[in-house]
Amino acid sequence: MARMKFLCDADRCIDCNACVTACKNENEVPWGINRRRVVTINDGKPGERSVSMACMHCTDAPCAAVCPVTCIYPTDDGIVLHNKDLCIGCGYCFYACPFGAPQYPKVGNFGSRGKMDKCTYCAGGGGSEAPGSAAEYAKYGSNRFGDGKLPLCAEMCSTKSLLAGDGDIIAQIYGERVRKRGYGSGAWGWETAYHEDIKL
Amino acid sequence: MTFFARIRLVTFVLILLGIAVAPLSAQKLGPDGAPNPDASVTDQRTLLDQAPRIQGRIDIPDVKASVLIQPMGRTWDYFHEVLLHWGGAIVIIGTIAVLALAYLIIGRIRIAAGRSGEKILRFKAFERFSHWLTAVSFVILGLTGLNVTFGKIVLLPLVGPEIFSEISEIAKYIHNFTSFAFVAGLVIIMVIFFRDNLLARVDFEWLRQGGGFIKNRHAPAGRFNLGEKMVYWLSVAAGIAVSASGFVLLFPFYGTNIADMQLAQAAHAIIALLFIALILAHIYIGTLGMEGAFEAMGTGEVDLNWAREHHDRWLAEQLEIEGARPSATPAE
Repeated sequence: MARMKFLCDADRCIDCNACVTACKNENEVPWGINRRRVVTINDGKPGERSVSMACMHCTDAPCAAVCPVTCIYPTDDGIVLHNKDLCIGCGYCFYACPFGAPQYPKVGNFGSRGKMDKCTYCAGGGGSEAPGSAAEYAKYGSNRFGDGKLPLCAEMCSTKSLLAGDGDIIAQIYGERVRKRGYGSGAWGWETAYHEDIKL
Repeated sequence: MTFFARIRLVTFVLILLGIAVAPLSAQKLGPDGAPNPDASVTDQRTLLDQAPRIQGRIDIPDVKASVLIQPMGRTWDYFHEVLLHWGGAIVIIGTIAVLALAYLIIGRIRIAAGRSGEKILRFKAFERFSHWLTAVSFVILGLTGLNVTFGKIVLLPLVGPEIFSEISEIAKYIHNFTSFAFVAGLVIIMVIFFRDNLLARVDFEWLRQGGGFIKNRHAPAGRFNLGEKMVYWLSVAAGIAVSASGFVLLFPFYGTNIADMQLAQAAHAIIALLFIALILAHIYIGTLGMEGAFEAMGTGEVDLNWAREHHDRWLAEQLEIEGARPSATPAE
């Protein structure tokens, strides 16, 4: 069974934010919610690297464990989905997430932050709406996965630094790249997300 | 062009070329002599050794988003799901078990001399109001707060996910808004009972005489005995701590970063659980545990024999004050 993951090759990422734009457009993400973002480490210094980050769809997802109403759950493909009908907007998933993936539509004083939203791997939502339906799209965004497609952020990456797909395959692609060009700064976030790292 | 002009021009061009080429020396080479673009990169593990989270520059105004990886999230998850669940269950169920044992072994502490039938005022109306404001708020806050941690284990299997989410969302808002009533009540209690809860010499005598738990000994006390003073001071301390951490949680990321929020939640949860245990014991002794205790806060008046047995110094003071005051009722 394929286990879906993300891998951002920080040595190829040029901080163009095409992934961010693709995600926002494809899922009609509201203002202020940033499902995907690009963070630049050591900006302006030698060794500057940019990493594109959204939900990593972790193994033993801490967000799912900590949710008081158990509205987050992993699917058989390893994609972590959540049910906005059950979400009470407590904000605990954001405290637990090592990658800052959960986003909320409102500021959040007095617990008013609203229903959590995050990267769905373009696989729709974890609620009761029919996959691929208009109702699902309005709440969770596009369901490309149901059509057998990969997330749009990785598809639109201008340098093919953001890889999405079966974990073994993208690990292999990245490993080959590193071997061919002779350098690689590692699979950012893999140790924390999947409890495994890619040997280079 | 003159000869010297040509030399100046060539020298100038060579200097420019030299400046342009100088940065090449900064390029790090790999062991095989080829350029190594990753030579200056600080890898993830080194970054995490230097700071608890990896943070960078971001284009959007949301400062929280500049944190790339914070592995502390998984640690906080372990704390909340494992340590807090087990610790909380042990503390609360343990307290209930100890209280049950106390009731089975010691039983209800009776008024030794029996009721006299005469009453004396112990708590005025405003004092009782402040206590009940705090007490009712505390129970509401405790139940709604426990739902966040234990609800999915205890309540979710009973009512199903949709109803449980409805209940939990309402509980969350009730918790957030009732907190203000609790703080108001706590401040009033802190102020009006402050002087009577200061430690005095009689409290050590009370402790030495066994605190009223040893049958044939008489433990003297003022208005509040050492046990009650402990409840007061611990409640004030826990109340302030739980209110402060709760306030931080009410206004997320106002001057706090994610580590601060995780710490605030952990402090809030741990102190709240211990506070609940303290109040369970307080409720026990004020209701089941001691005959004649509840009416002090219920009606405000206590039986004279109860006062003589448990708060003799306070009773003596009160009777002196009453004796000094001219009688309200005319002599028969």
